[in-house]
Amino acid sequence: MTDQDTPLLELRGVHRRFGHIRALTGVDLRVRAGRVTCVLGDNGAGKSTLIKILAGLYAPTEGEYLVDGAPVAFTSPRQALDRGIATVYQDLALVPLMPVWRNFFLGSEIRRGWGPLSRLDVARMRSLADSELREMGIALPDIDAPVGHLSGGQRQVLAIARAVHLGARVLILDEPTAALGVRQSGVVLRYVDAARDAGLGVVFVTHNPHHAHLVGDHFTVLTLGGVDVDAPRERLSPEALTHHMAGGAELDALEHELRRDQAPPARPSPDGSPDPG
Amino acid sequence: MGETVTPRVPPPAADEEKTSRVARRGPLRRFLTRPEVGSLVGAVVVFAVFFAIAEPFRTGAALATILYAGSTIGIMAVGVALLMIGGEFDLSAGVAVITSALAASMFAWWFSLNVWVGALFALAVSLGVGLLNGWILTRTRLPSFLVTLSMFLMLQGINIAVTRLVTGGVSTRGIADMDGFDSARAVFASSFSVGGVSVRVTVLWWLLFVALATWVLVRTRVGNWIYAVGGDAESARAVGVPVTRVKIGLFMTVGFFAWFSGMHLLFAFNTVQSGEGVGNELLYIMAAVVGGCLLTGGYGTVIGAAIGAFIYGMTRQGIVYAGWDNNLVMFFVGAMLLAAVVINGWVRTQAGRR
Repeated sequence: MTDQDTPLLELRGVHRRFGHIRALTGVDLRVRAGRVTCVLGDNGAGKSTLIKILAGLYAPTEGEYLVDGAPVAFTSPRQALDRGIATVYQDLALVPLMPVWRNFFLGSEIRRGWGPLSRLDVARMRSLADSELREMGIALPDIDAPVGHLSGGQRQVLAIARAVHLGARVLILDEPTAALGVRQSGVVLRYVDAARDAGLGVVFVTHNPHHAHLVGDHFTVLTLGGVDVDAPRERLSPEALTHHMAGGAELDALEHELRRDQAPPARPSPDGSPDPG
Repeated sequence: MGETVTPRVPPPAADEEKTSRVARRGPLRRFLTRPEVGSLVGAVVVFAVFFAIAEPFRTGAALATILYAGSTIGIMAVGVALLMIGGEFDLSAGVAVITSALAASMFAWWFSLNVWVGALFALAVSLGVGLLNGWILTRTRLPSFLVTLSMFLMLQGINIAVTRLVTGGVSTRGIADMDGFDSARAVFASSFSVGGVSVRVTVLWWLLFVALATWVLVRTRVGNWIYAVGGDAESARAVGVPVTRVKIGLFMTVGFFAWFSGMHLLFAFNTVQSGEGVGNELLYIMAAVVGGCLLTGGYGTVIGAAIGAFIYGMTRQGIVYAGWDNNLVMFFVGAMLLAAVVINGWVRTQAGRR
C-alpha cells in the first residue's frame, strides 16, 4: 500500500459550479484510513455536492481529486466503487420490495456457471448476507423479508454492511442518523466506530454536531460552499463545534440584533444558497 | 497503510437490534404472500363455476381450446409481465404483433423470398420497435404511457397505410404457396395430439416461455436487476445496475414476443388484417395484473401472468360453452380484473406485505 502519510482521498481547492450557482468554493478535504472525517454544514452548505464529487457522480469544476495520492477523474459512481469508495446515501439505495439478501448483493451478485447458463448462487448469497449481518449484530429472523419491513436503523446498517462487505476502503455516509431515533442512532454510530477500528476511512456527513463529536477524529464545517472550520478533534470542543454548526459568527450577529430589538424576531435572513443536491 | 485493511467490522454490542419486530413467517403465510396466489384462487373458482354450469366445458377438447385461447394472450403476457415488473408498460404491444406479421408477410411476398427470410426481417422490425420504445423512454424520461401510446398510434397508422401501399387492400395476400411456409407453420401454428385431443403448439411454446422467463427472473442476475429497476430505479442505478440497458432490453423482449405472436397469426391464418390488434395490449396488461404484478413495478411473477391469461381463456371459451351472449366476455374479463386487483391488494395487506 501507499505510505502512511498519503490520505486515501484528498480534495485540493475543489470548486463546483452549476450555472451561476457556486455550490463549492475552494474546498480541501483529507480522508485517512482508520479515521472518521466528519463533514458538517447547514442545509445548502454544499454537503450533498461534496458527497457526489467524492462518489464520482459529479466532477469538480476546478481543483483536484486524489485517490491514494494520484489524481483521478471519475465519470461514474462505478469507477469510484471499483477503487473501494462506497457511498451510503440517505435514501440508502435499497429496493424496499426486494428481500434482504437480494438487496445485499444487488449490482454485485455472486454467480456460478458460464455464459447463458450463469445463474445466481442463491444459497451462498443468502448465507453470506445472513452471516455478515449477524457479524454486525443484526440477527434478522427472515433473510427473505422485504427490506421495506426493516426498521430505519436496520436498513441503515444493512446498507453499511453491504458497502463494507463489497470491499470498501472508504465509506461515505450521508446523514446516516438524520431520520433515526436516539437508540437507532446509537446503533449506527457504533458501526461507524467499528468501521474505523477495522481500518476504513470514514466520511461522516451530518448536520448533527453531537453525533459528529461522538465518533469524529477530524471535523470540516462547510458554510455556503466554503470551508469554515477544519480542525482535528483535539482542537475542537463539542461546544465550539456546535457553535460553528449553529451558524458561528452569523448567529452571534443575529443574537445581537434580536436582543437590541426586544421585539418578536424579524424574518430570519434567508441564507440565499439554493441546495443543488 | 502498513497493514491490509480488512473489510470486516467486528460485532459491536448491539443486542437491542436483535429484538426485531419482523416475525418469522410460516410456510403457509409465506405461500399466501406470493403474488400469484390471488389469481390461482380465482382460476380455481372460475374453473369450478364453468365446470358446474357448462356441460361441454368438461371435456379434454374444451381444455385444449381454453389453453389455446390462453396462449394467444399468454405468450405476449410473458413479455408484458417482465416489462411491468421492470416498472414500465407497453401500449403498443397489441398492434406491434400485427406489425410483425405484416412485415414478414409483405416482405417475403414483395421480394418473392422464402417466408423464413420474411420472418427474420419481421424479427428485426419487432426488436427495432422495442429498441425505439426503450431508447425514447430512457432518453426523454417520459412516462412509458406517453411513449408507447405514441408508438401505438403510429404503428396503427403505418400498419394500414403500408399494407394499402403494398397490396392495394387492407389485408395481405396469401403466402401459403411460398417456400418455407410449411416448416414455418409447423413451428408457429401446428397442432399435435395428446390422448386423442388436438392441442395447438402455441400451448407448448407458452409453457416453455413461462418457464424460461421465470428462471431468468428468479435465478439470474438480469432477473435481480429487473426487480430492482422496477422497484426503485434510482437505488438500482446507485449500486451499479445498468438501468437504461435493462429497460431497453425489456422493451426488446416484448418486441420478441410480439414477433412470435405475429408469426403465429400469420402462419395460422395465411393472411393478416392490417387493422387488427387494437385493444389486445390491454388484455396482456390485464393478464399480468390479474396475476399479481404491481402496475407500479418491482413486484409480480410471470407464472401469475400465465394464470391471468388462463383465466382469460377460460372466461372466453366458458361463456361460449355455457351458451351465453358472447358480448358478455369483456364484461366478465373486466369484472375479473377489478376483483383480482381488490383481492390481491387485500391479500397483500393481510399477509403483511405492502
